[in-house]
Amino acid sequence: MSLIELHYDVPGDDFTRAGEASGDVKRQLKQLGFDPAKIRNVVIALYEGEINMVIHAGGGEIDVSIDPDCIRMVLRDQGPGIPDVALAMQEGYSTAPDNVRALGFGAGMGLPNIKKYTNDMQIETEIGVGTTMYLRVDV
Amino acid sequence: MTVQEFAEMQNLTILTEADLTRDIGGGYCGDLLSWVMSRAQSDDCWFTVMGNVNAIAVSVLADCACIVLCENAPLDEDAKKKAEQQGVNVLSSSQNAFALASALGAVL
Repeated sequence: MSLIELHYDVPGDDFTRAGEASGDVKRQLKQLGFDPAKIRNVVIALYEGEINMVIHAGGGEIDVSIDPDCIRMVLRDQGPGIPDVALAMQEGYSTAPDNVRALGFGAGMGLPNIKKYTNDMQIETEIGVGTTMYLRVDV
Repeated sequence: MTVQEFAEMQNLTILTEADLTRDIGGGYCGDLLSWVMSRAQSDDCWFTVMGNVNAIAVSVLADCACIVLCENAPLDEDAKKKAEQQGVNVLSSSQNAFALASALGAVL
């Protein structure tokens, strides 16, 4: 059992609400006195994950576990799955549609940013079933 | 230099006011949100043309001192509400990002 466990539902296709989970986690970590640099890593990874869920998966769920030595995040969706994870991990590769790009997303930085800002990132994905990401940031 | 001082220096229009006494530590120009979020530094003045709710979220998460909407780019109504809720300074200018960033760079 972790010190604090948080759960968020991420609605699909609602860009106005994307970032609510990341914003709340940021507030909680700040109140708990975590290093601002570590908080930044957590919330950047989480926000990218939220946006991916909204763009590609019709929403999903996020669980965050806060411990004194690490923050763990599990992002679970029932979207289409990622056909080629290695390709999706390449900076600049994007399958985001034009309407999403017009909002400033779809630069192909989502998964690379998540990898960059976490100490561990594991992806389980199955076509037609969904994707689950397990992230850890050491603090 | 504070947000207020920079606003006065460049004759910026204040669209939302959270904490104009906040110090600006640097600047960042960009419109691709993931790119900005991973590279802008805390206390940066962010020059962009993106005035949507997601830009507000990125500013909060990256901890920017303020957003300056360049070339009179509009701030969406729901973005204005979100900026007010989340305490984000949003300013506007008719100048482009290069001119504004150059002016800021000269005084930092």
